[in-house]
Amino acid sequence: MTRDGGEAADPDWSRREIMITAAAAGGSVMSMGTTAAAAAKIAGPAGDRTIDLVLTINWTEHRLTGIEAHTTLLDALRDHLHLTGTKKGCGLGQCGACTVHVDGRRVNSCLTLAVMQQGKAITTIEGLAVQEALHPLQAAFVEHDGFQCGYCTPGQIMSGVACIAEGHAGSDDEIREWMSGNLCRCGAYSNIVASIRQAAAGKA
Amino acid sequence: MSVIGSPVSRVDGPAKVNGEAHYAGEFAPKDLLYAATADSTCPAGTIVTLDTRDAARAPGVLLVLTHLNADRLPYQEPAERVAVDPVAGAQLRVLDGPAILFSGQPIALVVARTQAQAEYGASLVPAPYDADPPAKLRFDPALAQPTSEAAAKKKRGPETRKGDAEGAFARAPVTLDERYRLSREQHHPMEPHATVAEWTGDRLTLWSKTQWVGNERDEIARRFGLPPANVRVINPYVGGAFGSSLRTWPHVTLAAMAARRARRPVRLELTRRQLFTFVGHRGQSEQHVRLGADPNGRLLATICEATGQTSTYEEFAEPLLGPAGATYACDDRLTRYKLVPMNVNTPCPMRGPGWATGLVAQEMAMDELAERLGMDPIELRLRNYAERDPMKDLPWSSKALRECYAQGAERFGWSKRPLKPRARRDGRDLVGLGMATAIYDSGRYPTSASVALLPDGTALVRCATADMGPGTYTSMTQVAADALGLPLARVRFELGDSTFPPAKEHGGSTTMASVGPAIQEACGAVKAKLAGVADGAPITDFAAVLRRAGLDRIEAEASAKPDDAMKTHSINGFGAVFAEVRVDVDLCTIRATRIVGAYDAGRIVNPKLAHSQCIGGMVQGIGMALFEDVEWDEHLGRVSNGTIAEYIVPVNADIHDLDAIFVDTREPLLNPLGVKGVAELGLCGVAPAIANAVWHATGKRVRNLPITPDRLLTA
Repeated sequence: MTRDGGEAADPDWSRREIMITAAAAGGSVMSMGTTAAAAAKIAGPAGDRTIDLVLTINWTEHRLTGIEAHTTLLDALRDHLHLTGTKKGCGLGQCGACTVHVDGRRVNSCLTLAVMQQGKAITTIEGLAVQEALHPLQAAFVEHDGFQCGYCTPGQIMSGVACIAEGHAGSDDEIREWMSGNLCRCGAYSNIVASIRQAAAGKA
Repeated sequence: MSVIGSPVSRVDGPAKVNGEAHYAGEFAPKDLLYAATADSTCPAGTIVTLDTRDAARAPGVLLVLTHLNADRLPYQEPAERVAVDPVAGAQLRVLDGPAILFSGQPIALVVARTQAQAEYGASLVPAPYDADPPAKLRFDPALAQPTSEAAAKKKRGPETRKGDAEGAFARAPVTLDERYRLSREQHHPMEPHATVAEWTGDRLTLWSKTQWVGNERDEIARRFGLPPANVRVINPYVGGAFGSSLRTWPHVTLAAMAARRARRPVRLELTRRQLFTFVGHRGQSEQHVRLGADPNGRLLATICEATGQTSTYEEFAEPLLGPAGATYACDDRLTRYKLVPMNVNTPCPMRGPGWATGLVAQEMAMDELAERLGMDPIELRLRNYAERDPMKDLPWSSKALRECYAQGAERFGWSKRPLKPRARRDGRDLVGLGMATAIYDSGRYPTSASVALLPDGTALVRCATADMGPGTYTSMTQVAADALGLPLARVRFELGDSTFPPAKEHGGSTTMASVGPAIQEACGAVKAKLAGVADGAPITDFAAVLRRAGLDRIEAEASAKPDDAMKTHSINGFGAVFAEVRVDVDLCTIRATRIVGAYDAGRIVNPKLAHSQCIGGMVQGIGMALFEDVEWDEHLGRVSNGTIAEYIVPVNADIHDLDAIFVDTREPLLNPLGVKGVAELGLCGVAPAIANAVWHATGKRVRNLPITPDRLLTA
């Protein structure tokens, strides 16, 4: 659950600012939020407005050149860097499948722009295991069968690691509450709770 | 102990927890482009004009396809329709003409350099409509039509009759006459449907989310007029589907059309909102149930008249009346099935298709009948226990439903349940217990598999089946390891490629019963081949045998198919589901605090994975009973809660104590493994058990699912 959303955190480029700039660069002047169609136009790409940026992902610097300024962190990971372990489930911050860590905090990567995360330490599911060995929570998910189809799983695990680190894994009820931003349609919730309980106990 | 029956962890588990498992939309051939669609905003009529100039000029846009410039595809008819397709009607032909059949129908396809550019381009396609004829937007059973001859051939006909049900009902001393409604539901697998299409000359490769790679190959080949051998469909991991990837939906066609015209690979990934209109749903339904009984609870008449929902262009009929025919002994029975054609996208099978829906009404009705008789709900069911399939008049191949009732009740603590409702209170909560029977039709299909013994001492087993989550990778590895006498680590099972030996759909809980025996046959065949060159060496030493014989592999392919057992016997999985709910006495908020299911699913190949499947079914059953409700605006003809936050599904905090137990049985006839299938059964009976528990907690019957607080408050 990205209760912070990650959006207001960056002083330089807010998503709203980019959208407005985008509309202006596209040559169309319109009032905000009148109709759905107008809103879609405002949110549209900005012609040749592309940028270069550097993201630090899993302790490695990745240079992205000529990408659109409004590219979400999720699309940057999946479509530009082919780090497809981070999943796209809704693109609206509703399902948690795209959860990654930014400076140790869990963030829905579909709700934040890549450009806002420069200079920060981004961790994805690909960076969780240490030298081939599964992270204890990854191992617990396998042992307790904390998934079926596996699509929500990277997001669940990133969220679960943060849940433990935040101190929100003190009881099953607390885990359930603080893991409720990550949907699982196969219904593995009970096994997810068991996995987090075990990993949290190992850490304590 | 045999590896079959052992609770081993998923063999694909490590790949799924470290991000290495690649789902359809994650394959990125060189020079990949991205596509998005513009969809109709009107539910019926004709597109008057379609202005694509703004879209074509938008940044990064390379191609805009509409019915005005798209290729006309041949859409060859199959010799016979496969079971996953609707029984009658004509499938939607995308970008084939100006006619609009439902709101959300794709009317333009935009291809661009990035996903965001494609979506933006698609947002710039205005389309004025001539809204004629008037749309059919109301789900009104009075407008329903009997199902067709085609449906009747698939046992989904307009009427079945045995004895004189209406007369027996009129004479019965105890009767029940009620209507039960279930809202439209969406599958909403966590992975949105996606297709990546790449042409090489006249050969097409699709990385595409599907429960049946073989049918997707054949279907796309027919739509494009290609030989099936020119199409390859690859999908190693399916991020959930629950029936929504059985058919080959129009977006697959769109991706292939776009890639052909763009001369570059194209990805089309549906948005969460589009999952409401592109890939089917469990349609709305109403069931009018009439039961007649004698004072001892013996059923004298069962009548169920069901109304389902279909589209205006296809007839989707499902085995909704299966439970009414097969669950309880009763000589006088009648079922009727009608459909309301509406301007919606065609419904499709969703987990436990028909059976789970039919059970909602039947098991709530049985609970109400038990109430009228002053009888324990299990006792009523036992008094009407069907020793033979009453509708087909065939013996069961195996049936341990009595044991399910007994073992489930014991585990759940049913005997402490007060007979009267609203008898238990704990603080602010009213506490209630309910139960329901589960039943699902087992099946098996002809299937092939191959096994290759390799010089590194491993066996490679292949079949064109799928794994949308139940654990096909793992259970088939277990079957092969058992048949070959090898440790699990020396067996690798591959699936999800249409070039592998053929399988039918990964659906209807048929995979274990179908693919397992094919693998056993293939393992037997490869062992026989090995024996021919082994000079008596044990099979586990086949690497040495290959070396000595100068071979790089020994390979065999074999098939297995069902015999006449499904004609001479009725073969069903059974279960008994028990639920505890707590209802806030003032707010009427409902929590399902405890569910126990006891199942007769035949032999269980992997108890850990089967348990996961069943408690997963309980989670979906909680959704069906309490949350899931596609809100339909019958004026606009649109889904009005079209996101995964507004269409409410259970989250972790909604889930409490779930348990599944398996009665020790082995199915003797359906297949040599002794399995009957788990997946669908795990959803069956859950929602009515919860609904019955809500009545037991509150004394109020809500016959309109989901049971939301407002419905309970005003009941």
